[in-house]
Amino acid sequence: MARSLKKGPFVDPSLQKKVDRVAGASSKQVIRTWSRRSMITPDFVGMTFHVHNGKLFMPVFVTENMVGHRLGEFAPTRKFTGHATDRKVKR
Amino acid sequence: MARIAGVDLPRNKRIEISLTYIFGVGRTSATEICEKAGIDGGTKTDQLSESEAIKIREIIESDYKVEGDLRRELTQNIKVLMDIGCYRGLRYRRNLPVRGQRTHTNARTRKGPAKSVAGKKLAPRK
Repeated sequence: MARSLKKGPFVDPSLQKKVDRVAGASSKQVIRTWSRRSMITPDFVGMTFHVHNGKLFMPVFVTENMVGHRLGEFAPTRKFTGHATDRKVKR
Repeated sequence: MARIAGVDLPRNKRIEISLTYIFGVGRTSATEICEKAGIDGGTKTDQLSESEAIKIREIIESDYKVEGDLRRELTQNIKVLMDIGCYRGLRYRRNLPVRGQRTHTNARTRKGPAKSVAGKKLAPRK
């Protein structure tokens, strides 16, 4: 079920604080975050985030189309390197 | 012969049903259209008068997105997902299920017919 509109988009307070700081600083700075569950709001546009994927921080540059998605959607948590049998066939 | 939104409607069915042959019109919107046009949904398609057909055509044109336009919008939406590189977009790119279904088994609709893997052991026979 979708989230009630009354509540507005969810952004972790800790992340919102960082975003506000960077927006005020006007210098381009990457924001390192673990908060994959935070919704991308319009004031994130143009910023770069380093989103944790469980192991590394993935750089995510936020564009206008991304608004409404969550940060975690842009930092895949699984890495598929192919099946073991594929390599055998190639040789 | 009723031709609406570039689709030939079956002539021997009730208009309510015939309208659903248009891509983007299902039972709900078909009933809505009939209501707006002031036509009884039970009328057979070939018994529609010319003016009624025109009315339906106008209603669909102004209020509904059907056929080519709708298809274009769908592919456009999928393209946006692929371009922004979000998880759903990645799944579309790789032709895998998008909505979190399992892929260990099944998922044949997205993956296509099963491919046999060379060197894979067959299940032992009893």
